[in-house]
Amino acid sequence: MSEILLQIDGIEVKAKEGMTILEAAQSVGIYIPTLCHHEKLEPYGACRICVVEVDARGRTSLVAACLYPVEPDLVVRTRSEKVDKTRKILLEQFLAHAPDAPALQDLAQEYGADKDRFEKESSFCILCGLCVRYCAEVKKKNAVGFVDRGARREINFIPEIASRECWNCKECFPLCPTSYLQAAYHLTEALAFPRHSIKSTTGK
Amino acid sequence: MPRINSPAELEKFRKDILSKRDPNRPCVAVCTGTGCLALGAAKVVTALKEEIKKQGLATKVDVVDVRETGCPGFCERGPLVVIYPEETCYLQVQPGDAEEIVSQTILAKKVIDRLVYVDPITGEKIVRESEIPFYKNQMRHLIGNNIKIDPKSIDDYLAVGGYSALAKALCQVTPEQVVGLVKDSNLRGRGGAGFPTGRKWEFTRNSPEKTKYVIVNADEGDPGAFMDRALLEGNPHSVLEGLTIGAYAIGAHEGYFYVRQEYPLAVENVTIAIRKAEDYGFLGKNILGSGFDFTVKVRWGAGAFVCGEETALLMSLEGKAGEPRARPPYPAVKGLWGKPTNINNVETWANVPLIINNGAGFLTSIGTEGSKGTKIFSLVGKVNNTGLVEVPMGITLRDIVYKVGGGIPGGKKFKAVQTGGPSGGCIPEKYLDIEVDFDELKKVGAIMGSGGMIVMDEDTCMVDVARYFLNFLTGESCGKCSPCREGIRQMLKILTNISKGKGREGDIELLEELSEATRDASLCALGGSAPNPVLSTIRYFRDEYEAHIKEKRCPAYVCKELISYHIDPDKCQACMICLRKCPAEAIAGDKNQIHVIDQDKCTKCGTCFEVCPSRFGAVRRLSGEPLPPPIPEEARIIVRKSKG
Repeated sequence: MSEILLQIDGIEVKAKEGMTILEAAQSVGIYIPTLCHHEKLEPYGACRICVVEVDARGRTSLVAACLYPVEPDLVVRTRSEKVDKTRKILLEQFLAHAPDAPALQDLAQEYGADKDRFEKESSFCILCGLCVRYCAEVKKKNAVGFVDRGARREINFIPEIASRECWNCKECFPLCPTSYLQAAYHLTEALAFPRHSIKSTTGK
Repeated sequence: MPRINSPAELEKFRKDILSKRDPNRPCVAVCTGTGCLALGAAKVVTALKEEIKKQGLATKVDVVDVRETGCPGFCERGPLVVIYPEETCYLQVQPGDAEEIVSQTILAKKVIDRLVYVDPITGEKIVRESEIPFYKNQMRHLIGNNIKIDPKSIDDYLAVGGYSALAKALCQVTPEQVVGLVKDSNLRGRGGAGFPTGRKWEFTRNSPEKTKYVIVNADEGDPGAFMDRALLEGNPHSVLEGLTIGAYAIGAHEGYFYVRQEYPLAVENVTIAIRKAEDYGFLGKNILGSGFDFTVKVRWGAGAFVCGEETALLMSLEGKAGEPRARPPYPAVKGLWGKPTNINNVETWANVPLIINNGAGFLTSIGTEGSKGTKIFSLVGKVNNTGLVEVPMGITLRDIVYKVGGGIPGGKKFKAVQTGGPSGGCIPEKYLDIEVDFDELKKVGAIMGSGGMIVMDEDTCMVDVARYFLNFLTGESCGKCSPCREGIRQMLKILTNISKGKGREGDIELLEELSEATRDASLCALGGSAPNPVLSTIRYFRDEYEAHIKEKRCPAYVCKELISYHIDPDKCQACMICLRKCPAEAIAGDKNQIHVIDQDKCTKCGTCFEVCPSRFGAVRRLSGEPLPPPIPEEARIIVRKSKG
């Protein structure tokens, strides 16, 4: 593995080929916020909160640090006006769904994000996909998945699998940055095994 | 059918086909592309065949041919019929016209006046297809053959010179030379981004892996776009030939057509083309004795717009959810099943045989500095000649809209032309003279995209246009990355509010801020270009946004919540026309009683406005101004002068 020299926030960083900007930054203690990233999982690049500004091939652009591979002479800025502005508005959009999510509070303060900027649409889920990907990649069960696309996208447990696999696992629960997962799980549980729920509304 | 094993055998076979075809034998070509089929072309074909029998022409073998072809482009006037060898072009042909076409045009060589094109300005009748202004101002290298061949017949394609480029590429030049030719031609990808095709091929060719793939991206999903559809339906072999040449150049032995299932005729014709090409030896092992092997399969897409993005297409092709992944690695390095893959759009592949046959200079002689060759556009919207047009790069928008498109119908005023599909931009009148190419369109905030072109007139509300496209995109974004999913969601909410009169100060700035984040931080090009409809309409039609927000006024009278209809009591003659036509029964009145619209019942369909006789002009559209109070009951009686 050849060594690659790049610059992050003005610091010369030595990285190995194949590393991402996020890994290179972490190796020298530079913090880049993440929401959908997890070291046990394949990089996903969906939440985009880890965007950083890079100068490469004569162009300046925003890239996801968790995905972008290091390149020789890459110049990276983990905080810039553009980066901060982008993170702020992304956080504000997340907060419309999960205004009280613990993982978002500190970030909101750091970037000055106003949780009331956008009309509330409380799904409690920011679709980071940690549960979906953990279940697929680590547990290899696919008990939870994404349903639909675009603005209608949501996560859902697949009752047939969830009824078999989830009760003794629940390893995805602590991964959730918002706590939506528990609610979703219980909802599905109620649908899948009515006898476990306190009282079935149908009375059957 | 015997397999063709060498270029020499191909040429001999071609000669055989041509020797059996008398160029002077009458041939009736009927467009059976999707547009004309919808207008009843199949019945026209049946009627023509019956007439030919009835009039005794079917008994003598080969007296007249009926050919069912792909789309020649003039969809507005379908079903289209062209009669050869005179090239007589008939428009809007109905089954009832068949008798006359056979007896008059085919037998008596007379033109049927009522079926030919009439120039709307000069009133001149134009008989020959190529002289109709719609066609005359085009340059049809790619779709020109559509009317000359039956897309289901490989012999028809061979008769117009088909597969000669394949023979030349495989047996006379090296793969490197083919890549060199495509690079020299400066062909840029027709799918939207305009990346140089030759360089893309080179990347894939130079990837060290042994197994490589080539793919035809036929996931055409822009509303109102049908360029790729017409090529696949009308001339599938041209795309297949280009793909095979590309595979040879790149070193791939397997290829795929990724076609959306909403294009059943395209799927059918491509599937037939592949089967015929296999029979003839243009696909399979040792093609034309060159030693090159290549197989092609068709895969259906389920109709997700995002699957036109190449990484999402690959996911879909692998059987996974069609969601883009980050690049790098590019498909040229890691594509289908992790192998180097070259994906090009349908139209890009169709250009390849032209380059091989005519040399790189053929393409570079057409177009602008940065964009060479021709481009096919779906010209739709408020334009007289809607249809499929192929024009040289560098033609002005004005020429497309007015010379080819025949201008705006109904004497209305041109407002904007939207290019590049749902994530394209709206170009206002002041840029009508820009030269259409990849770079110029980008400069004015639009994109070439795959070639959708929607013309808008003065009755179009630009806020509503932006809202329409964002609404499309909110359902077509895959939803994986947050800037695209959430950004489009919020932008759509704001636009909807503005169009309902709930816009607030600062909305324009917020739209711009959201646009910037969506454009710069999204994972793929869908998000990257999604704000274009918003940004371009704000850039050129900011006054319309402001009218909606500040004055609660829709200048084009489109946004229903901002308009109302009112009958001017001084002008109303109580003629009962609007009252009878109102579908919501919202108009009260009587023969001698001035009509009044019940605003609670009114659905703002505009029927009353349209039907009120112009000599009265009593119905008014109002927007941004208060509605006059209803006229008191007692004042509504009209006392007419007695006729005596």
